[in-house]
Amino acid sequence: MRRGNQGRRRRPLFPFWSPLTRAAFFFPAIVLLMFLVIIPVLGTVLLSFVSPTTGSFTGFDNYGELLADRETADLRDAEIPFGTLLNNFIWSAVHLPMSLFTGLFLALILQKVRGSAFVKSFIFLGMVSPGIVGGIILKFLYDERSGVVPNFFGAIGVDALSIQWMAFPGTLLFGLIFGSVWLWAGFSMILFSAGLTTIPKDYFEAAQIDGASPWRTFWRITWPLLRPVTIVVITMTILWELKLFDIVFAAANVRGGVSSAADVLALQMYREAFATTSPNYNRAATIATFLTFLTLVTSVWLFRRMVLGEQRLSKGVMRKIAGPLIRRIRRSLFA
Amino acid sequence: MRPDRPSGRRRPAIRPRTILVHVVAWGIGLAWLIPFLGVFMTAVRPQAELLRGWWNLDPFTPTLQNFALAWGNADDPMWRGLRNSAIVAIPSTLVPMFVASFAAYGFARYRFPFRDYIFLSIILLMAIPQQMVAVPLFLALLEANLLDNFVGIVLVHSAWGIPWILLFMKNFFQTLPVEVEEAARVDGASDFRIFFKIVMPMALPALAAVAVLQFMWVWNDFFFALIFLRSQENLVATQVMFRVGFLGPFIVDQGILSAAAVITLAVPVLVYAFLQRYYIRGMIGWTIKG
Repeated sequence: MRRGNQGRRRRPLFPFWSPLTRAAFFFPAIVLLMFLVIIPVLGTVLLSFVSPTTGSFTGFDNYGELLADRETADLRDAEIPFGTLLNNFIWSAVHLPMSLFTGLFLALILQKVRGSAFVKSFIFLGMVSPGIVGGIILKFLYDERSGVVPNFFGAIGVDALSIQWMAFPGTLLFGLIFGSVWLWAGFSMILFSAGLTTIPKDYFEAAQIDGASPWRTFWRITWPLLRPVTIVVITMTILWELKLFDIVFAAANVRGGVSSAADVLALQMYREAFATTSPNYNRAATIATFLTFLTLVTSVWLFRRMVLGEQRLSKGVMRKIAGPLIRRIRRSLFA
Repeated sequence: MRPDRPSGRRRPAIRPRTILVHVVAWGIGLAWLIPFLGVFMTAVRPQAELLRGWWNLDPFTPTLQNFALAWGNADDPMWRGLRNSAIVAIPSTLVPMFVASFAAYGFARYRFPFRDYIFLSIILLMAIPQQMVAVPLFLALLEANLLDNFVGIVLVHSAWGIPWILLFMKNFFQTLPVEVEEAARVDGASDFRIFFKIVMPMALPALAAVAVLQFMWVWNDFFFALIFLRSQENLVATQVMFRVGFLGPFIVDQGILSAAAVITLAVPVLVYAFLQRYYIRGMIGWTIKG
């Protein structure tokens, strides 16, 4: 962002503009947001505090009931199904590091590869395709007869995995998690690729002259300088994991597949409100509000980290620039 | 280049490391394509050939029969899904693009009380999941006779796209020099004239990025469509595709379903292939620069 005209902004920019004209610029956006986003959001919050049976205000009772429900969190034993909330967490815990490091690895090795634009496009296909198509493709991929994955494990003699993956709770949940890594890795790859181009080449040259190993160069220069990008990737990935819907809907079904092994919060909300003859809007609103709470916590974390990260980044950059430079100057002086 | 190399050489020798990196990178890239290749092969081959896996090419007789069946399906033809998707996605791209650009210009150029707080609040709306507005909007659109109606879903998609477009366009407008607009103002141009004649033409590359990304999101959307479009003749491509291969509750024709998936997928993939530059620019500008 250019801040060059900061000084000019002190005085009013366009002094003759009438407030009415100004308001006209905001008016359409405000109307649309107000009636189709903000009021519905507040409506959902309100609904979540109303009892579905008596229709009166019940405080946080709906939330208590939701979290105590086995459908949301099943802690009876350490066996699948774990419930929607825990599934979202498990998804994040496995999917986030896998897609992050896959994307980073790809961005790093594709820097100097010929035809990397093609490879990037192949990997990015998963991001471009509709989630519902992604889910159908995963279903095919794990099919016992015609799917690549079970047949591959059959061919190398791992009979335990040469099965109909979507028909067993464990392979269903983790199959979909791994599948979503396949679909989502393009995101972190693209962002890290863009981030890598912003690091000045001098740093790497300086590190090379100093005789630093590639491993050391990565952890001391690349990784710290990519920090702002990493934070964005982490946040957007967590948001995506919390909002999961299409993939599970298409690859499993509206109940999260066999014994609800891959059930997630968004799907649970949809069932309560729209996939039943007796909709429970209060319950659905409670799930939605809870989900929103989780996504807002994540994004606020991003906002704070962005500000903090920028300060730390500038300090880090200074140190990174100064260190090798000083060493080079010293070496040339005293050689 | 290493300084100890003799300078007369035309080309540095290819190192084994370089070969390894290329093999790994291309290997991963091609492996990533396998699932897509699978769905494509399933779509273009008759069902009898697929019994031993789509990778078995003996015999291999490509056919467009599955595409014909999916395209002209009696109950859920894909052509209608594509048509409806276009009817929904095109206005849902143009409306928020203009509406949010207006507001973004306001946020970038005017000063007024609480400006930054209002802006941040709107940006935070980006994080909200679609489920958060589903129930009240469903009830409201039902009340307003806009449920199962293209106008209703276009309005919802338009409002939903505003926050991110607003962020993206505000960041862009802030990089434009104010001098040009000030000069036009001195010459007596009105606010809207300045916006349409000077600012918007300069913003064309940014608007292209917005259009590509927003179009793809609306096209790929499933949740809003599932809730707000209900009758068979109004379903969009992502919905029709999901129904087309199901001959019964437990019987799926993989060939027809694959063909439908390929047809649905083709639009965003083609948009991406031709407008990749704008898509990537939008993706990066939207997430990082903010």
